[in-house]
Amino acid sequence: MEELWLQAVSILAATLRTATPLVFCAMAGMFSERSGIIDIGLEGKMLAGAFAAACLAVVTGSAWLALLGAVLVGVLMALLHGLACITYRGNQVVSGVAINIMAAGLTVVLGNAWFGRGGQTPDLAPEARFMPFKILSRESAYEIPILGPLYAFVIGGHNLLVYVAFATVPVAWWVLYHTRFGLRLRAVGEDPKVVDTAGISVAWLRYRAVIIAGLLCGFAGAYLAIAQNAGFSPHMTAGRGFIALAAMVFGKWRPWPAMFACLLFGLLDAIAIRLQGVILPGIGQVPVEAIQALPYILTVVLLAGFVGRAMAPHALGQPYVKER
Amino acid sequence: MAAEQVGIAGSPSAEAWPAAIELRGIDKSFGAVHANKNVDLTIAKGSIHGIIGENGAGKSTLMSILYGFYTADSGEILINGKPVRIHGSHDAIAAGIGMVHQHFMLVEPFTVLENVMLGAEGGALLRAGAGKARAELQRLARDYGLNVDPDAHIADLPVGEQQRVEILKALFRHCEILVLDEPTGVLTPQETGQLFQILRALNARGVTIVLITHKLREILAITDTVSVMRQGEMVATLPTKEATREHLAELMVGRKVRLELDKTKALPGAVRLSVRNLTVIDGKGVKRVDSVGFDLRAGEILGIAGVSGNGQSELLEALSGIRPLSSGGIKLCDLEVSPDTPCGPAEVREHGLAHVPEDRLRLGVVTAFPAWESFVLGYHGDDEYNGRILMDREAMTNACGKLMERFDVRPRDPQLRCGSFSGGNQQKLILAREIARQPKVLVVGQPTRGVDIGAIEFIHRQLLALRDAGCAILLVSVELDEVMSLSDRILVMFQGRIVGEVDGDAADERTLGLMMANAHAQAEDAA
Repeated sequence: MEELWLQAVSILAATLRTATPLVFCAMAGMFSERSGIIDIGLEGKMLAGAFAAACLAVVTGSAWLALLGAVLVGVLMALLHGLACITYRGNQVVSGVAINIMAAGLTVVLGNAWFGRGGQTPDLAPEARFMPFKILSRESAYEIPILGPLYAFVIGGHNLLVYVAFATVPVAWWVLYHTRFGLRLRAVGEDPKVVDTAGISVAWLRYRAVIIAGLLCGFAGAYLAIAQNAGFSPHMTAGRGFIALAAMVFGKWRPWPAMFACLLFGLLDAIAIRLQGVILPGIGQVPVEAIQALPYILTVVLLAGFVGRAMAPHALGQPYVKER
Repeated sequence: MAAEQVGIAGSPSAEAWPAAIELRGIDKSFGAVHANKNVDLTIAKGSIHGIIGENGAGKSTLMSILYGFYTADSGEILINGKPVRIHGSHDAIAAGIGMVHQHFMLVEPFTVLENVMLGAEGGALLRAGAGKARAELQRLARDYGLNVDPDAHIADLPVGEQQRVEILKALFRHCEILVLDEPTGVLTPQETGQLFQILRALNARGVTIVLITHKLREILAITDTVSVMRQGEMVATLPTKEATREHLAELMVGRKVRLELDKTKALPGAVRLSVRNLTVIDGKGVKRVDSVGFDLRAGEILGIAGVSGNGQSELLEALSGIRPLSSGGIKLCDLEVSPDTPCGPAEVREHGLAHVPEDRLRLGVVTAFPAWESFVLGYHGDDEYNGRILMDREAMTNACGKLMERFDVRPRDPQLRCGSFSGGNQQKLILAREIARQPKVLVVGQPTRGVDIGAIEFIHRQLLALRDAGCAILLVSVELDEVMSLSDRILVMFQGRIVGEVDGDAADERTLGLMMANAHAQAEDAA
């Protein structure tokens, strides 16, 4: 019994860690798509951000400079997407795919050229990373009823970026529903013409939205490369950008539901890791591949069956053309 | 009253009292289309000024330039005597111009309050502005009778109220000049009356009103001055009290037009189309057509009136085989259609039903096709168009050319892309295609939407001739005048149901209008 409980809490703690990049990316996607710009390039921006963070951490040895670099690269890629989709009214899916391919290719090529380890960056020292920390020791946490053990085993002991990720959710919610920017953002994704005739610049609003998306993807990338892991390895995002996109759709483009969807996918991921090599009664050893495929299968099932009519922003994917 | 005098008197006194709007030499082209040609327009302060013209005459373009939606290629805009540069809607709003667009500029999932605040939030956070906006909405409701629930979602409001939100948006931004683009297209006659009352109230408080319309009656009912546009040019401006329907119509079209139709008494024959308990439920689970039943006989025109969006489109689609029935049945001559025995458009067509769709660009023609290709669509399997293996291109082109002649489609070139024809000529082409095979039943949706007066006249005469030749015609139109002048019997649709039937000769606008709003049933419910 004791052991089962320990298993459960450790899975929950792992859930928070696996959900962190998803939450960053889901919020990124939400800002972009609420403005009407499809963001299929979450994956690429995150990957490029991860690479930038790892490189800068190697060179400067500072986790903070690395984070800054990741954010800058994320924003830069987002601006590229914005230029193609907003200014030149290109196809948003094509531009997003291009960003993904570019990031996947460039990171390996540059990594090989600079470090010569088959695309991997050298292992980072703890000073160059965001390390887990605790404000309370496990013993002192036990003094507090209910919340204490929860802190000791689940909430406490993660790195800073995990907390930042979950803090972006209420912030995103507040921005979206309680600020002028949020009102305009929601409006421009529904009907850019309304925004235009209200005397507001559609392009500037959408640029701000994709910049926020780039920034959050940078955070996600930095988390993967210099917090969860100790360096960059090729294709390390492994489809998380797409899973985040699915979580955002599952959450119907709303911050809290999207976060819960991320936690669900994170939970599956955490269980998958935990189940590796475990022998289940009646089934035998579960193939690792089957478990790793679970989040993706779930995505398909959820999107196909349980979401109902996905309530996408009405103008999603349509470039705004004023003149006929 | 004084303001009206100024507008009419012309420049000397106009300088003493500057015009609300003065447009000088506005010119605008979209590619090859010259939408506005050197347009001059003066609108007196405090007046209600009508701008009338046919579809495509350039009225909307001109107002879009005034509102900063398009930028003019050349020309000057003066507001209250001062030259202004309008680069975007922002500048227009700052200059005191408000606009009620033909297609409402409202975010559907938003509430009324959010829509009104959008762009005039009064601060970076919504909370502070929302309180003030609420108070202001209450004041506007009190002063002008513009009552709308601020927390209602736009998508849940009837069109008339949505339009009020558009007006409220403009007033909330302190507009002194209110431009309304075809505001009555979606309203019942009663709602139109209410709108005009609101406009008069606004006008009495000094708001200058510009009303754009293609309906002569509205111009005569409410405006002080009227300007007429034709093919991108401003052809005349005159005081409304000196204008008559005939004169305005002539100015709009550029030649004499006959507004009245010669219609003989119908001689109905056998029942050709019989509809029983027809119900259509759409993909969202909404009941669009609700237990509709009627008989349509040979040699009569049955009109279906109603405000757009009350199930007419779905009824048309169900009859023509495009949309499956949910329950009930249709009997077309000897063909029985029911949910268990569905029929596609081809089968329905084979049994003698021709369909002129409401939305001709979506369902009627392929704009990228040359005229002859669109002309054979649906009939492309006919023997006369096909050789042993390949289609007979020459036969199709010839057939198209012949009917273009008979239906006066201009220009008479079967090779021209469909998109390059005007709305009226596209419609004549479709009508030619559908009528050519002498259908037993013709189902027509909005036959004259976006069609110029000359073509309207032609299309109406063709429909009457077809009726007299023994065809059964079902006419669906949101233009009440059209339904009343053509139909032998009129059904009124409201929320998918048929709420009334009136004899064509006995129909009057008031009765139909009340039925369209279903006021009769509502009064009963209340009692």
